[in-house]
Amino acid sequence: MSERDASGGIDLHIQQVRRFRLQDVLFHYSTQLFAFVVLAALLGILVSLTIEAWPSFQAFGLSFLWTNVWSVPDDQYGALAAIYGTVVTSVIALVLAVPISFGIALFLTETCPVWLRRPLGTAIELLAGVPSIVYGIWGLFIFAPLFAEHIQPPLQAALGDVPVIGGWFAGPPIGVGILTASIVLALMVIPFIASVMRDVFETVPDVLKESAYGMGCTTWEVVRNIVLPYTRVGVIGGIMLGLGRALGETMAVTFVIGNANRIVGSLFAPGTSIASTLANEFGEADPGLHIASLFALGLILFVISFVVLAISRWLISRSMGSEGL
Amino acid sequence: MLSLYTRRLWINRIGITLSMLAMSVGLVALLWILWTLFSKGFAALSWDLFTQDTPAPGTEGGGLRNAIVGSGLILLFSMLIATPVGILAGIYLAEYGRISKFASFTRFMTDIMLSAPSIVIGLFVYALFVATTGGFSGWAGSLALALIAIPVVVRTTENMLKLVPTSLREAAFAVGAPRWQVSLKITLRAVKSGVVTGVLLAMARITGETAPLLFTALNNQFFSTNMSEPMGNLPVVIYQFALSPYDNWVNLAWAGALLIALLVLTVNIGVRVAFRNKDKR
Repeated sequence: MSERDASGGIDLHIQQVRRFRLQDVLFHYSTQLFAFVVLAALLGILVSLTIEAWPSFQAFGLSFLWTNVWSVPDDQYGALAAIYGTVVTSVIALVLAVPISFGIALFLTETCPVWLRRPLGTAIELLAGVPSIVYGIWGLFIFAPLFAEHIQPPLQAALGDVPVIGGWFAGPPIGVGILTASIVLALMVIPFIASVMRDVFETVPDVLKESAYGMGCTTWEVVRNIVLPYTRVGVIGGIMLGLGRALGETMAVTFVIGNANRIVGSLFAPGTSIASTLANEFGEADPGLHIASLFALGLILFVISFVVLAISRWLISRSMGSEGL
Repeated sequence: MLSLYTRRLWINRIGITLSMLAMSVGLVALLWILWTLFSKGFAALSWDLFTQDTPAPGTEGGGLRNAIVGSGLILLFSMLIATPVGILAGIYLAEYGRISKFASFTRFMTDIMLSAPSIVIGLFVYALFVATTGGFSGWAGSLALALIAIPVVVRTTENMLKLVPTSLREAAFAVGAPRWQVSLKITLRAVKSGVVTGVLLAMARITGETAPLLFTALNNQFFSTNMSEPMGNLPVVIYQFALSPYDNWVNLAWAGALLIALLVLTVNIGVRVAFRNKDKR
């Protein structure tokens, strides 16, 4: 009687363990499947954009990349103007945003009173939370008119006659244009770059900084000679993250870049970017080469920003040390 | 000696002043944008906003009812897709993926997807869904937004689960709990508030997303709750109305922008305040 009970109990237990094991295997593979969804989406983007863009690549070949034509009536397309606008606005945005982000990170980690760190850090993070369309209408209705009236004329007066760079500031000050888009973009990427810089600055061991302070270094010297060399890789990663963000930004740029599909030397002139061309034309694009060329633009944008972001994540994870590949 | 000392002092002073200046540039930009938004948005705020639909060209008045309801529905369904997918994928990365190559590859790709251009995701959903099913629809919009929200949920869930002490897992394993129960009933429950935070932040992130909705949900001038049809939504209405020549449309765009920004900022600030209180305890 008692023997039977005992063996029955063991049987039951074995069954239970088997059931648990089966459930565990199922759980493992189903969570893995969901993790796979992200990879599948990335792969799907590449494959579907390539398929949709194929007619355009067939018609124009690789020269699509460096042809400066975008004519719907003639059905002739080339990506150069859009690529130019995307790269130029992003690079100018970085030139403006990097020093400001560095200043913010320096202030938040070294000189800011402790009780102010949290609220000020949050304020900068909120800047990243503001939706891009809000930057867009602010840029169009508030910033661009002010820029045209109070900033462009003095800039033109001061730098317009300087050889080489004078041409950058030529043309009528109309507010919208490449430079305005760059400035709005700079504001948008500052919080991303600044928060990466702040995070990597905080990884510097206190002992290193305190030794330098102990030798009589000033705050500036500590940051320049200790913090920056120590976090160089992460800082570059943060800058690349900002670049990746700026390249793909759509709505804010569409509002203020002026949407003219051509290349003009002046930064005051309206231009276009890949993302803003897509936003403007995709909805009403004709089937055929027009839509295929727009898909090709999308593919180019995706590949460029993918490479930039991959480098950025690799650098940041190397700098933070804790995770990543 | 003295001159070297003074020089270093001055360089330091200039550097620190410049950093304060940089900080104030950031703050001024934030306050300026918020001030514009509040002054323009509140001026346009009225009850009509919630009771009337978007006006036809050239007509007076009108509201944003169809866009608000449409945005709500699109957001609801995209979060219904993104939350389970994101949480389960996050569990995989945290519980099974500490050492596996596949997991670190996925983690890396998720980080890239976090910042991938959202307009390209709109193109992808257009090619995959809109072009094949033959029409713009609320579902397509939800799918596009879900793809943007998933990486946010994945990474916050994973980061939260990593904070759970191993001893808690070991205690559960020791009493014979299977792994799935440990994951779902012990560790996930321990970080419940953190995961909810991640979901809320993901929602805040996609609330203002405009680009992916342009070619998926499109827009609808009329009130509709049919997800299989083109659907009105706040971001696209703001985009179209802001660029229109009608004054009442531009005002509606400001009001819509204020609504979106209020939601996004409330979630962002609320989450941070809630977490700060937790830190203190």
